[in-house]
Amino acid sequence: MDLGLSEPQQMLKASVRDFLERETPLAHSRLMQSDPIGYLPKVWRDIADLGWTGIAFPQEFGGEDAGFLDLCLIVEEMGRALFQGPFFSTVVLAGLTILEGGSVRQKEKFLPAIVKGEHLATLAFSEANGRWDASAIENTIGDRVGSGFKLTGKKIFVQNAHIANTLVVVSRTKRVKVPEQGITVFLLPLDTAGVSQRSLLSLASDRQGSVEFKDALLSHEDVLGTIGGGWPLVEQALRRAAVAKCFEMLGSIERVLEITVEYVKNRVQFGRPVGSFQAVQHHCANMAVDVESARYISYQAAWKLGTGEPGVREVASAKAWVSNVAQRVCALAHQCHGAIGFTSEYDLQMFTRAVKAGEFLYGDPDFHREALASSMGVR
Amino acid sequence: MDFRFTADENVFREEIQSFLKQELPKNWAGGDWISEDDDERRKDGELSLSRTIRSKLARKGWLTLAWPSEYGGMGASHMKQLVFNEEMAYQGAPGGGGSGVAMLGPTLMLYGSEDQKREHLPRIARAEVEWCQGYSEPESGSDLASLQTSAVEDGDDYVINGTKSWTSGARHADWIFFLARTDPNAPKHRGISFFVANMKSPGITVRPIRNMAGVSGFNETVFDNVRVPKRNLVGERNRGWYYGATLLDFERSGVQRPARAKRVLDDLVALAKSRSLSGRRLASDPIFRNRLGAMAAEIEACRLMCYRVAWMQSQGELPNKEASIVKVFSTEMMQHLYNLVMHASGIQGLLLPGSRLALQNGKIARNWLSSFSATIAAGTSEIQRNIIANRGLGLPRG
Repeated sequence: MDLGLSEPQQMLKASVRDFLERETPLAHSRLMQSDPIGYLPKVWRDIADLGWTGIAFPQEFGGEDAGFLDLCLIVEEMGRALFQGPFFSTVVLAGLTILEGGSVRQKEKFLPAIVKGEHLATLAFSEANGRWDASAIENTIGDRVGSGFKLTGKKIFVQNAHIANTLVVVSRTKRVKVPEQGITVFLLPLDTAGVSQRSLLSLASDRQGSVEFKDALLSHEDVLGTIGGGWPLVEQALRRAAVAKCFEMLGSIERVLEITVEYVKNRVQFGRPVGSFQAVQHHCANMAVDVESARYISYQAAWKLGTGEPGVREVASAKAWVSNVAQRVCALAHQCHGAIGFTSEYDLQMFTRAVKAGEFLYGDPDFHREALASSMGVR
Repeated sequence: MDFRFTADENVFREEIQSFLKQELPKNWAGGDWISEDDDERRKDGELSLSRTIRSKLARKGWLTLAWPSEYGGMGASHMKQLVFNEEMAYQGAPGGGGSGVAMLGPTLMLYGSEDQKREHLPRIARAEVEWCQGYSEPESGSDLASLQTSAVEDGDDYVINGTKSWTSGARHADWIFFLARTDPNAPKHRGISFFVANMKSPGITVRPIRNMAGVSGFNETVFDNVRVPKRNLVGERNRGWYYGATLLDFERSGVQRPARAKRVLDDLVALAKSRSLSGRRLASDPIFRNRLGAMAAEIEACRLMCYRVAWMQSQGELPNKEASIVKVFSTEMMQHLYNLVMHASGIQGLLLPGSRLALQNGKIARNWLSSFSATIAAGTSEIQRNIIANRGLGLPRG
């Protein structure tokens, strides 16, 4: 057993933290949340030059081949900095899915461009039903026309759809009794005729969009994986996304705890720092317990996925747990701050909003608890 | 990072499993995590089972696995000790651990004289001597440093007077280690010394205290002019508080709780498959499944936090805040778990051992009744939170 980060991993984490503190402090993240694009192209180029976009891709595509855990360490730091930009959508959601399911040609076409930061992509999974299992895919239909497909339907919560070049679209190409069957994944250029997208006003300012398909034409070449057999690829993509989201929340609540401790040490009421009152101290202690409890359960899930195993139990444990404690940490942080904490000018509320979205994305706690119950053989 | 145990550790785990399979009765069913001091179980011969297993563990060297070999241990790694603790707790096996092995031994190794080490350590390792702990007093619970049991020099002895409470295992212990005040005029932390005494010393009386589950696991131990030879003072006079504080740190990293919780959860899964509530199979009830999944995630988070503490120790780091965090988390987790089991059992969960209709021989009710002590014993959750806030987060003392 080795529950510590390796020296290169510690250095990676420290260098990501340094860069983000310097280039994208919270004031910058705040600005980007209301920016039409949502990130600075210069910062994105620097991030690609630093090798972050390629961290988990093989060297043949220009990557670092460092593995999924290393990628998650970057995401943890991004959660700490509330980094705004297409990293999660392009690398975690789309890039790794193309790596896992893509043909040689598809990988050569997309991955080097993603690694260089020149190509942006995202995943289009969710539909209005809001589910996270295969039955979620009910209204995005790919009908065969000639040697290709015609796509109709609507996706919601497509992150960074407004800037993406390519969508990884999960569709149903055959209606069968078993929802896991008949699912086909397409790589769809966003400028395809019949594709339109609009912004959704999510409370997390996390650039969610909806994408509508009206007879968008796709060729055989655009299929990622196999026709009708796309579900295992999607399921694993959602597991990776769930774990990466745990790291993002972990980074956020680590920062929330630090901000809160700093605040209660300096805020004076009744002639003494409020952090000397036991009621406040116990709130902070509970936050520390929750943060600590979120850490190793997330690390274990990332490590497990990094070994190439499905990690069903590890992923469900992590997402079920971290989604919950992250909300508790933010709620206690607000209580410790008093009124200043919920003003829009104060930074805490940005974390609170981000973490709330994290609770639901890629499976809410109820979804993952059910997965855990199933994994224990309870039928 | 690597969350796997080594091949060597896995082999060791299998050895423990087959040892326990051989030693535990066929109908053991995971035991019930209730002190072996309990009257009912003594009647059932479980105290003798505990003693048998303990002496066999001692012969294998497993009782004091992590102790250095010069004191009768095997110098095993922290991770191997963790594997041992996990298996014992999962099976609810009696006979391992105890305050001599886990608390007094390590303290003597750090602060004891050569004579004290030679006298006591090998006998603990051979399971010849049982120990109990005398810290709390009727007027000194969380404010332990206010303790009033006095130790007054008289010739070659100290004369001890006072009352210790919650002395677990005192009725069967041969020796006691305890804190007593040697300087009533010094600031409260600096007038306390650490002693050991033979429980047969004239003037020591033990009165059992029954808890709300009907179990007499702990006692009140009264010292009435007990003469303790000066050579039984451990370390320096008036430094005992600091030795005692070290002791408390030994006690706090326990992987036993998540391991035990896993067993209780496995038993709950078995129960859910065979049981209906309001005409519906419990196992297919979505509310139950949700609670079960939530509980499994909580136990998993706890298990990994305990691993982390053991791993820190294996790297030579001293867990401090981490140990308090684990104590708070794991004890509250056990209470959540026993509440869930009660909930899932419905009205039959109320039935005590001895009742014909009781589920799991009544251990559901008894475990629930016993679960209140978890967040109190060995430092209340509130004291742990003070430690986390002050020592861990650096918040100013109130």
